[in-house]
Amino acid sequence: MLVNEKIAIEHGLKSDEYKKICKLLKRIPNFTELGIFSAMWNEHCSYKSSRIHLKKLPTKGKNVIQGPGENAGIIDVDDGDAIVFKIESHNHPSFIEPYQGAATGVGGIMRDVFTMGARPIANLNSIHFGSPQHKKTKNLLRGVVHGIGGYGNCMGVPTVGGQTSFDSSYNGNILVNAMTLGLVKKNKIFYSKAAGLNKPVIYVGSKTGRDGIHGASMASASFDDKIEEKKPTVQVGDPFTEKLLLEACLELMAGDSIIAIQDMGAAGLTSSSIEMASKGNLGIEIDLNKVPCRETKMTPYEIMLSESQERMLIVLENGKEELAKKIFDKWNLDFAVIGKTTNTKNIELFFDKKQVAKIPVNTLVENSPMYDRKWKKSKLPKKIKFEKSKLKNLKILQVLKKVLSSPNICNKEWIWRQYDHTVMGDTIQKPGGDSGVVRIHGTDKAVAATVDSSATYCWAHPLTGGKQVVCETWRNLISVGAKPIAITNCLNFGSPEKEENMGEFVECVQGIGEACKYLEYPVVSGNVSFYNQTKEIGIKPTPAIGGVGLIKNYKKMITMNFKEAGNQVLVIGKTEGHIDQSLFARLVLDEKNGPPPEVNLFNEKNNGETLLNLIEKNYIKSAHDVSLGGIITAISKMCIKGNKGIELTIPKFLINEIEYFFAEDQGRYLIEVSKEDLKNVIKILDKNSVHYDLIGKIIDNDMIINQKTKVTIDELKSYNTNWLKEYMV
Amino acid sequence: MKSSVITFPGSNCDRDMDVALKKFGFKNKMVWHDDQELPKSDLIVLPGGFSYGDYLRCGSMASKSKIMKSVINFAKSGGLVMGICNGFQILVEAGLVPGVLLRNKYLEFICKNVFVKIENKENSYFKNLDKNVFEFHIAHNEGNYFCTNEQLKEIEDNNQIAIYYCDHDGNLDNENNPNGSIRNIAGIFNKEKNVLGMMPHPERMIDQSLSGEDGAIFFKNLINNIK
Repeated sequence: MLVNEKIAIEHGLKSDEYKKICKLLKRIPNFTELGIFSAMWNEHCSYKSSRIHLKKLPTKGKNVIQGPGENAGIIDVDDGDAIVFKIESHNHPSFIEPYQGAATGVGGIMRDVFTMGARPIANLNSIHFGSPQHKKTKNLLRGVVHGIGGYGNCMGVPTVGGQTSFDSSYNGNILVNAMTLGLVKKNKIFYSKAAGLNKPVIYVGSKTGRDGIHGASMASASFDDKIEEKKPTVQVGDPFTEKLLLEACLELMAGDSIIAIQDMGAAGLTSSSIEMASKGNLGIEIDLNKVPCRETKMTPYEIMLSESQERMLIVLENGKEELAKKIFDKWNLDFAVIGKTTNTKNIELFFDKKQVAKIPVNTLVENSPMYDRKWKKSKLPKKIKFEKSKLKNLKILQVLKKVLSSPNICNKEWIWRQYDHTVMGDTIQKPGGDSGVVRIHGTDKAVAATVDSSATYCWAHPLTGGKQVVCETWRNLISVGAKPIAITNCLNFGSPEKEENMGEFVECVQGIGEACKYLEYPVVSGNVSFYNQTKEIGIKPTPAIGGVGLIKNYKKMITMNFKEAGNQVLVIGKTEGHIDQSLFARLVLDEKNGPPPEVNLFNEKNNGETLLNLIEKNYIKSAHDVSLGGIITAISKMCIKGNKGIELTIPKFLINEIEYFFAEDQGRYLIEVSKEDLKNVIKILDKNSVHYDLIGKIIDNDMIINQKTKVTIDELKSYNTNWLKEYMV
Repeated sequence: MKSSVITFPGSNCDRDMDVALKKFGFKNKMVWHDDQELPKSDLIVLPGGFSYGDYLRCGSMASKSKIMKSVINFAKSGGLVMGICNGFQILVEAGLVPGVLLRNKYLEFICKNVFVKIENKENSYFKNLDKNVFEFHIAHNEGNYFCTNEQLKEIEDNNQIAIYYCDHDGNLDNENNPNGSIRNIAGIFNKEKNVLGMMPHPERMIDQSLSGEDGAIFFKNLINNIK
């Protein structure tokens, strides 16, 4: 087929991008070449709208071994151990086909991690659905959860944490972000940079089929009425093959045969071969007849653009082909030498002995488009004047019941019970806590991981929201006793071609950057997902942040369940009574406007580090960060999990009870300390200028508020656990 | 005491089982499914996971692997063979224990702690245990034990039911039957009681930082019984 501008536009390229391709090649590309350009130059692969802003994020730090730009980020966790981790979106495919979309999202992120030589040790996810009343929500939720479980469970990697939210802005675009952590020895890390001439290029894993062609292009466009027609662009996952691929790759990696390795993810063979060549400043030559194909008569175009799953591309040392083949034969996986590295700096493809494409590698990578798109700055909304009398008349238990049983607060066990969270025998904190925690096998160390997002805050004021999400992950790590080390981010936004959406992106990224810089908590990997948009309606800006921290002695890990009657409960951090944008305001007052709570980075850092210090000194019996739903929601969860009650006395404040209990001021934690330790704890808090309120004493069965309101913990538990169970029946 | 854990393509609790057996004193060897001969062993374990991706039927392809001929011979000659989770499914498919394992009643994968009751202690696995109710952990999609009425009668007449799902106090009821198994059956013996298949994973409960420690009690007792 002859290529022209019209065909280029059908491939998702813009008219001037097509002209640029012709100029770079000094000719019109053929059909295969056009396909390759469209795959490499789409938003998903090229980051053309985001690159310019992502550069501003802090990515370095004393624990960072590998920052963004590789398959995943890597941090040092002492003793020669390193943690490889990354989060990635699979939003578009999951909306079209929830089971396979979510499953292959999990498969893809695990491949990114084991490509670097790491054995995956924990999975997490951040999933967001439309309003529970929307007709698609229930089936999407069920499909996504089954898909995540179907893949992760089969791989034998525990899913230890995650986040689920419901908001009508996701009615037409759900979000499925999957995160994986892997463990590797620092001296056995593998990278994707090819090196050396005439080295064999090896294809391993599943055969190539016609599934997923143009998957990356689909993820770079908005949805319209015809999304059902896009089902064929969704990949199909085979976790069994991936498990074999994992074991085979790790077996080969134990030796010294591999020069470079790259998984075939978005844009399949195209992006993997080009990335390896580009990083090594080399050329690559591939004989497409040698690619193992599942279907007959596949064309070069289809082979290059297929997104069939569970495949890897490897550059081997010369003479190691037999040894490598033996390993892949043992695991019943395809193995084929399909090409070699060259000094031409071109990607050259051959099919039926004819050259079918020849493109300079740099035109696809360095010369890919980069846009500084127009964006609109957002203003901080005015604070809402809530009527004090109206607040005063609210019955606290009625409000608490409503909050605890609301979709975004309720217990999510129905979801995580379907994920194997205990396989590998090192999960020491299960889902449902502030962070998931797994031991580093055979050591005293443990890694904590959490994933968070606060779309409503980001929507109200992106800059503050961006900062807040980073801080929330930081608090969730500290609450389990882990020292926060670094983050990965998955930036889910609407169309970058709209100034408002682009503004949300730019300012969220700015907020994330500021918080990371201040907290010395760098970004080591991530992914951008734009065009989460159906026709004109986009999602609320949803940067999902995955935070990772280290616990040096896992026996010092903290959980949130209240431990012992008689112990004292304190709130760390100041409660100003910020109600705007709180769950309470939306749910009870039906008020959607106002600014999100202010983020004070100094307080965040100081409060968090002081709490870590208290944990180190063994003063803390339980801890939980205060976030969505405020203090009383957090306390209720500690009571429910510990099956203990509490006698609450509110400090005398200018703000009233409702504001005190449901406000979402930042930088706060709840802690449990014994009577004996209380004095020492207060001394340390005072010394570090950390504000605290003594708020209650743990008792056996009930929550008693100001000696007048009483509710049993069983009742609180039923409010909290019933909603999702009943919804999913 | 020597043990062997068989690794099938798709096994994923083989390492966990290796760790647990070694922790309690077994000299354990990992055996590849494609091998023909078993190393000299006092106990063979078929571990959990998704052998062959659970494609076709859980455990069915693994039950036909090369090593299984030796495992079946070993079992028939009285050797101890234990199948956990997917290992139980393989035992069922190999015909070493009666019945079948269907999809969970609510069609969902379940990962959680459960209580199980042991009634029959006249066997190498459970004799000398000083309590009857244990907290174990399950993680499966196909653990719904089923058999015909005639089989059930035979199983009961021969005391072949190894463990039941129950509540904290050992009572059997529907509420504490996580997957819909007939008679709350969580594990079953062959007639001779040298082959044990069970859905729960004792290897995930071997120290206090994990889901519990009842697995440790099981393994300590097991090695003492074999000695």
